[in-house]
Amino acid sequence: MADAMGFFTDTTVCIGCKACEVACKEWNQLPATNGGLNTLSGDSYDNTRRLDGTHWRHVKFIEDFSPDRSQAAWLMMSDVCKHCVQAPCLDVCPTGAIIRTEFDTVVIQADVCNGCRDCIAACPFDVIGMNEASNTAQKCTLCYDRMQNGLVPACAQACPTQSIQFGPIAELRQRADARVDTLHSQGQKNAYIYGKEDMLGGLNSFYLLVNKPEKYGLPASPTLATIRTAPSWLFSTGSAVVAGLVGLLGFRKHRMDAFAAARRSSTGEEQ
Amino acid sequence: MGRGAATMYAGSLADADCIIIQGSNMAENHPVAFRWVMQAKLNGAKVIHIDPRFTRTSAVADQYVPIRAGSDIAFLGGLIRYVIENDKYFRDYVVNYTNASTIINENFRDTEDLDGVFSGLTPADPAATADPTFAQENTYNVASWAYQRTAPFDAARARQEALAAETFTEMLQKLLPPDEERDPTLQDPRTVFQIVRRHYSRYTPEMVERVTGTPRDQFLKVAETLTANSGPDRTSSFVYAVAWTQHTTGVQMIGAAALLQLLLGNMGRPGGGIMALRGHATIQGSTDVPTLYHSIHGYMPAPDARAAHDTLKDYVATATSALGLTAFWSNLPKFMVSYLKSMYGDAATAANGFGYDWHPKINGDYSHMPMMVQMADGKVKGMFLMGQNPATSINARLQRKALGKLDWLVVKDNFEIESAAFWYAAPEVKSGEVRTEDIKTEVFLFPAAQIAEMEGSFTNTQRLIQFHEKAADPPGDARSDVWFAHQLALRLKRLYADSDLPRDQGFKNLTWDFDYDAGKYPTNTRIQGEPDVHKVWREINGYRSDTKDLLAGFGALQDDGSTTAASWIYSGAYPAENDFKPASRTPDANNQPGSNLGWGYAWPANRRILYNRASARPDGQPWSERKKWIWWDPQGGAQRTGAWVGNDVPDFPVAKRPDAPARPGAIGLDGKAGTDAFIMKTDGRGWLFTPTGMVDGPLPTHYEAAESPVNNPLYKQQTNPLMKYWRRDDNQLAAVNDPRYPYVMTTYRLTEHHLSGVMSRWLPWLAELQPELFVELSPELAGEKGIKNLDFVRISTARGQIRAKALVTPRMRPLVIEGRTIHQVGMPWHWGYMGLVTGDIVNELTPMVADPNVSIHEGKTFCCNVEREGRA
Repeated sequence: MADAMGFFTDTTVCIGCKACEVACKEWNQLPATNGGLNTLSGDSYDNTRRLDGTHWRHVKFIEDFSPDRSQAAWLMMSDVCKHCVQAPCLDVCPTGAIIRTEFDTVVIQADVCNGCRDCIAACPFDVIGMNEASNTAQKCTLCYDRMQNGLVPACAQACPTQSIQFGPIAELRQRADARVDTLHSQGQKNAYIYGKEDMLGGLNSFYLLVNKPEKYGLPASPTLATIRTAPSWLFSTGSAVVAGLVGLLGFRKHRMDAFAAARRSSTGEEQ
Repeated sequence: MGRGAATMYAGSLADADCIIIQGSNMAENHPVAFRWVMQAKLNGAKVIHIDPRFTRTSAVADQYVPIRAGSDIAFLGGLIRYVIENDKYFRDYVVNYTNASTIINENFRDTEDLDGVFSGLTPADPAATADPTFAQENTYNVASWAYQRTAPFDAARARQEALAAETFTEMLQKLLPPDEERDPTLQDPRTVFQIVRRHYSRYTPEMVERVTGTPRDQFLKVAETLTANSGPDRTSSFVYAVAWTQHTTGVQMIGAAALLQLLLGNMGRPGGGIMALRGHATIQGSTDVPTLYHSIHGYMPAPDARAAHDTLKDYVATATSALGLTAFWSNLPKFMVSYLKSMYGDAATAANGFGYDWHPKINGDYSHMPMMVQMADGKVKGMFLMGQNPATSINARLQRKALGKLDWLVVKDNFEIESAAFWYAAPEVKSGEVRTEDIKTEVFLFPAAQIAEMEGSFTNTQRLIQFHEKAADPPGDARSDVWFAHQLALRLKRLYADSDLPRDQGFKNLTWDFDYDAGKYPTNTRIQGEPDVHKVWREINGYRSDTKDLLAGFGALQDDGSTTAASWIYSGAYPAENDFKPASRTPDANNQPGSNLGWGYAWPANRRILYNRASARPDGQPWSERKKWIWWDPQGGAQRTGAWVGNDVPDFPVAKRPDAPARPGAIGLDGKAGTDAFIMKTDGRGWLFTPTGMVDGPLPTHYEAAESPVNNPLYKQQTNPLMKYWRRDDNQLAAVNDPRYPYVMTTYRLTEHHLSGVMSRWLPWLAELQPELFVELSPELAGEKGIKNLDFVRISTARGQIRAKALVTPRMRPLVIEGRTIHQVGMPWHWGYMGLVTGDIVNELTPMVADPNVSIHEGKTFCCNVEREGRA
């Protein structure tokens, strides 16, 4: 197994340019909302609104101003799948479509997914959604296909300010701790890391934040949702059969799955 | 300072201790260059953003400072006053490297003496202003702004003698004025330093608050942060973009920042200077190798029928006198003659003045707005539009009216843009006010190749020229701009080939030899007829006229016709056949201090920080170890006889000792001392006070915008006395404090879109990010007007009205100006009636008024009204 890989997103240097959103959509060939004919949300500069099956990167804009503007902050955060070490989605997936890769990332295999939506309910971060084109649940793959070819994920590659940093988790955690120390020494005492090892075993995509998690729309203590979604496990065998048929019918997610399949057969790895 | 360019490069911002971003929303509009600001911040630098709106730049700044749009000179003037009155200026730098000690003509009168105007103001001729085609223009006679000389100088007589001289060198010697008078103690009341002090004496923190709306404590915090981070051991940078230029006082805003940076000793040093951010990928290149009407290559003035430019000698005498012949510009004859050789080749000889008579001369203001005004009056027959979209530009309806008066219009763009479709899709056509059948313009739409579909070079915002390869052929009939220009030129050459008319001789003699050599045309393309861009580059760089050998740089240019170079400032980028520097991609080794001299090529001479002689003390040693950049090594150079060395190409004669005296009576840099750090200026010094070159005053002065809700709190003179205004029924201005238009509007761009949207509104992935036009309002104003978030709002000015959705946000805030609450509203201007996502054109609202120096419009502040129109 390769080093565990992931993202460290430093929100203090995010400028909300959305290059990550566009780079993600371009590489993964995800469609624009309504072919681009979107409507103005009225919610700051956020017009894509959420992570889902066709938005795998999403920049949040939080306007945090007091009426007299003595408190004035415009928080920006590029959100993405957290690639949890204890991943609730993987836990509940009845078909085994969701796998942990050799990079310790969490990937949904479209050709095995039966579209049951259990993972959508299980994810405490509301990351996963249905992709209507394939009728499967989809989310960030951490650019599994790029990683397998030694490339940096598209979003991190496009980020102009190194807000999104990609690398081995161990190294990223060191870098993040050092950055928190620096910010503390510069007087920004509210800086902290969201997604350390005590959260779902550690988030392989973790964040440097300067306000409460709730401010960013993140749960303060995300948990496994196994109990809530346990009944679906009963159907896992049947679902797997259906998923297999679906796969045979050719609902294959193009590049990622081709790469993943090739990789599995060549290494004999199976999760 | 002397050059039309950023004094530094974006990477140098990482070396700054404080960065003031004013007149720019850098994070949104230059996100890639902004990485260096973030790098500086990671290193502990203070980032300050001064802006009417709290933007994505403000969000990551240490300090956000609100300001009323257009009041920047009052703010900067306040900083200048603070620096002088609190003795925070860098005295050794100021005395040695600026004109602070120079004595000014005794007839000079300041705005303090004349209530807002300088001596020499000449009111416009009423007869001239009656013509609605031309802007109303007062002028200044600048004689009283001149340096006091140590002896009388009869310029007219010197010119006569010069024109009689045999050689250009002899000619320039005749034009040399006596030295200027100085008082190094800075005490003489007529020194520049004392004049500057008096000029800004009323720009107190209290006055700054009254004029700009910036709370006094916030202004003082900026002043303290800036001065604490300037000096021998620390440097601060200013960053600006079009939010400084797009004003009727735009050039003076930049001048005020330059004045301040010279006082603080921040110019020419790592992490110091002024970072001018240019808009498009090669906007810098388009002024270097210019699409400007008033310049030819390398910032030489365009031959002008209105100036004393009758012959080449006249041109040289006039141009060098204006640009400063006692320093680097004494080389102008070499640059001009080499340029003419490039234009006319073997036909250009000493006997025919190198073909100077064939060169077109301008005889008016051909900048964009007056051109469109003339077009609207039916005086222009045809137009080529390449990468421009005037149907959505300033006072857009007036510009569309102009397009409709043309006989023919060629639009070359990626899509069918508003300017190509105005005749059937414009709002006034849709509403029936204008009928398609009444528009006689014949429109030709040529599809353009995209950037990855052609090879060529960019010159970016830091003067860096970078070459790019072609990735794929363009689809269908799409062609590169260089293909189009080449094919057009070949056809025009054929058209004029048999003409005997004198006016056609220039075209007949124009050298145009850019076809590929036989057998060299690329085989991996289906496109035919592309020129060899390396041949274009040979022409730009220059070569020996006889052997055609490439030249090593502009130092090799001659004034006798033996050399050829289209653009002297780019000379050196292609010094040898196998050394095409714009394609070079060699970075510095990791963690080595340096400026990546092997990456691309920066004009002039690959210098990355301009005026970098000032990074060392007068004796040639660094001001501090922390800020060392270029210094004098007594054992440096090939002969070990001493040289300037360091992390950059010295912007100074490399072997000139720091203690070298000026040679009396010598022209060019020989006449300058080893401490004269600003080699482009006549006196070798950075100018706090500009005796020549600025048409609207030697010192930046606060004037209100063409439209303003307040009377000028500082002077009786309300607006820039030289402001250009095209006074027409279809270009009206609101009166000061016009109750119909009580709010200050500022227009801007978003990260998600590019200009009028041609490169973004057609792309689904970008369109979805910012799909609709909006107007940003503060909750306070929205409350007063009963407007809720996402309501439709009607926005009106004296020119027109449009509709947009409301985006109510605390990022907008009311300011208190002269005791009154002033509301500011903002609109991005990316929308139009063509494309995937459409919306009203914000430039229906903007006035055609302009800065008198450069004819840029005032889109960053004007007056408007907003009214709720309905629920979305």
